[in-house]
Amino acid sequence: MTAAATHDVIDVRGVHTRFGHSVVHDGVDLSVRQGEVFALVGGSGSGKSTLLREIIALQQPSAGSIRVFGQEVVGLADAQALPLRRRWGVMFERGALFSSLTVAENVGMVLAEHTALPPPLRREVAAVKIALTGLPPDAGAKYPSELSGGMRKRAALARALALDPELLFLDEPTAGLDPLSASGIDELVSNLSEGLNLTIMMVTHDLDLLWHTAHRVAVLGQGRIVGLGTMAELSHSDDAVVRQYFHGPRGRAALEQAWKTR
Amino acid sequence: MAPDHGVEFAASPDGAAASSSALRCSGVWSVRTIADLEHRLERVPWPAGELVIDGAGVTALDTAGAWLLHRIAARHAARGRAVRLTGFRTEFAALLQLLAARHVALQPPQVLVSPPLERVGRRAAAALAGLWDYLAFVGESALALLAALRHPRRLRWRPILRNVQIAGVDALPITGLLSFLMGIVIAYQGADQLQRFGANIFVVDLVALSMLRELSPLLTAIIIAGRSGSAYTAQIGTMKVTEEIDALRTIGVGAQDLLVIPKVIALVIVMPLLTVYTDVTGVLGGMVMARLKLGVGFDAFVDRLDEAIQLSSYWTGLAKAPVFALIVALVGCYRGFQVGGSADSVGAQTTISVVQSIFLVIVTDALFSIVFLWLDL
Repeated sequence: MTAAATHDVIDVRGVHTRFGHSVVHDGVDLSVRQGEVFALVGGSGSGKSTLLREIIALQQPSAGSIRVFGQEVVGLADAQALPLRRRWGVMFERGALFSSLTVAENVGMVLAEHTALPPPLRREVAAVKIALTGLPPDAGAKYPSELSGGMRKRAALARALALDPELLFLDEPTAGLDPLSASGIDELVSNLSEGLNLTIMMVTHDLDLLWHTAHRVAVLGQGRIVGLGTMAELSHSDDAVVRQYFHGPRGRAALEQAWKTR
Repeated sequence: MAPDHGVEFAASPDGAAASSSALRCSGVWSVRTIADLEHRLERVPWPAGELVIDGAGVTALDTAGAWLLHRIAARHAARGRAVRLTGFRTEFAALLQLLAARHVALQPPQVLVSPPLERVGRRAAAALAGLWDYLAFVGESALALLAALRHPRRLRWRPILRNVQIAGVDALPITGLLSFLMGIVIAYQGADQLQRFGANIFVVDLVALSMLRELSPLLTAIIIAGRSGSAYTAQIGTMKVTEEIDALRTIGVGAQDLLVIPKVIALVIVMPLLTVYTDVTGVLGGMVMARLKLGVGFDAFVDRLDEAIQLSSYWTGLAKAPVFALIVALVGCYRGFQVGGSADSVGAQTTISVVQSIFLVIVTDALFSIVFLWLDL
């Protein structure tokens, strides 16, 4: 779309994060390319979500540089971050839908804030986003508390897509979902990345989701990236943390499943 | 129609005389431009016959832009015209396909607004149902309280004591200060009138009677409603939003037992004590003012106090306190349970809780006055 096409969309260099005495990141380097589905994995407490929050400028690392669309986000004030934030969408782990608004209003609110669409057209565009995420049309009029967990995730995704972002962040897109809803999300992520030419960065534990959708995966362990590559490459890695992650009982099952379905 | 003068998108949809029914689209079709594009499309003279939408000039297309294109195509197709999309880049064509595959309704579902009369009716029915709910809640709490009192060992003393601490001990500074100031104000207001009649010493009667009988129980109840009643609503309401109330039920602990009864008992213990305390601080305030403004010394004030108030004045004030405590605690908890799943609802119910409990406290105070008048107290 722009000159950034040849550049990395996200470029993280030497990020250190400390909370008091505990070190979360001890020199993290990674880059996400235009148009790929990039996944960040790691055990609980490995700092995946913290890294994600640092990339979307909600939190500051102690040291290091994070560039998104070629612009440094570390030390960026909210006002300066706004033009960047309009180019990316974020889906939070628990949805974070505004509970006092209906799903359609949740999506429409973003459009109302950032575009000059007349209200009827805005409602239509909101309905399109809701339909794109696979929700039934009547879901738009419902409040988040009336939706099931899987539908809430889809609604959160619809809101993240409201401004047609170039970059989409997904925090645990399938956490807390039943396998059927989770595989629906798998499919959705693939469709979106192809259909809308999105770059997607996600944090997940879901091995099936990784096998089905991720182009490249980075494994975070002991404060740094201990493995990076396609799932097939990582499953042959010698690193202890990576092996532990992909060759535990569940990792093995997902791997076998993935080979079978190929 | 004027051609586009260098703006970043260019829709020249009519194509004028060149091709009879080709809609030429060009430039950026995105969420930022579709408002203008839609406006232009309204002014396009649609020719008859097959409609060809030529997208060769489109340089950028997002879902919003694709929706607009899809809508044109779908509307004309619905009128029985043949529609053909041509010249789009492959990725744009894929996006249009994706939209077509999702079967988005052309009209978003309309939100039904009911007629005014129906809304009034619904409101009234809801208010009646609310009254019924409240009665049910009071009944349930009374039963739970009776059950708890029959087995005092099963009472949860820890939360009771914690509530005594939060609602009582922690409220001492603010209630004390406010009633002290109230005593000062009453003495000050009365000073002029009393001085005119040379009845300076009667400031004692004025301050002591008004504080003990009316003001200190009322003031305490209002402060506690604002301080603790609202906190009860917000706490229980938030627990409802996060499904903690449901969790309690599944564990087999009644929400009444754990959340309501300790608060009710704690407030019933605390409110009379606070009332006695504010009686004292209020009279102290009056005493200070009497000395400064009327020259009534502390000794004279205390001497007169003995004659000015009978025991009945003290008891009539104190008798109201536990009733006010019940009102504040029950309304606060009930409103908490009325919270529906949203953050907004927590705020709304907290507001209602404070307004209702203060309203009920004042109404009850008036009823007390009437009853005491009958009883000649």
